Amino acid sequence: MNDFDSVPDWIAAACLLIGAFLCLTAGLGVLRFPDVLSRMHAGTKPQVMGVLLIMVGGAIRLTGWSATWMLLLVAAFQLITAPVNAHMVSRIAYRRRHVRRDLLVVDELVDAQRGAELRAGQEGMSGDQPADAPEHTRTTDAERRRTPEDLDQALPD
Amino acid sequence: MTVFSIVVYTMLGVGAVLAVVRLALGPSLLDRVVATDTLLVIITAGLAVYAALQRDPTIVPVLVVVSLLAFVGSVAVARYVGGMLMRSPTDDGEESGLAPPGAAPTGEATS
Repeated sequence: MNDFDSVPDWIAAACLLIGAFLCLTAGLGVLRFPDVLSRMHAGTKPQVMGVLLIMVGGAIRLTGWSATWMLLLVAAFQLITAPVNAHMVSRIAYRRRHVRRDLLVVDELVDAQRGAELRAGQEGMSGDQPADAPEHTRTTDAERRRTPEDLDQALPD
Repeated sequence: MTVFSIVVYTMLGVGAVLAVVRLALGPSLLDRVVATDTLLVIITAGLAVYAALQRDPTIVPVLVVVSLLAFVGSVAVARYVGGMLMRSPTDDGEESGLAPPGAAPTGEATS
């Protein structure tokens, strides 16, 4: 059943092996990393590369154009949907404080938000909130003016 | 079963089991969303590996369906969680069952 007897078959075998190893590292990273953003980093990057390699291996092994086109379709879907998915999950995680801010080296969103307020010349502009957010969930001015060091102190641990 | 297929299936299976462990532990719902996405992509990879090893092109359409389902499911749950947390007064969703009671809202380090 496993007839690896030619050079393309060995190339496909190498692709499948590396892809499976990348899936293993994705599982390891999702289990071991400390917060949502780093888990997402571990989950998405090997995922895309691993799935691409496995699709290449499958396209080499399978005969017939229809199977090849469908594998190409799956790879294209992965490349298109992975950034959208990561963007939505990380946006909600950042807004709802599911991020370990003490582990962040650079927090560019805080700086970007304060810079936008300074350019607009008005405090109280919050471009990150949806327009229909209820009143009690809006970020107050005092909260928004805090620096990352203040946020570190405000969070436990 | 040759040694090669045993090695490949073992790596995929261990990755899937680790993702399931994170799915069961995950302190917040967003961790579970990430774990589910990883698990579904590992399942896609496993099906593709089976198709490649057996030279069996009949399950290739299933790959398209599973990969689209992973995307739609994650995006739908992420939007839903965002709306629920937006209405939660304590900002960490404890009372709406999104995080276990007493869990740190920032996600706790796992040993």
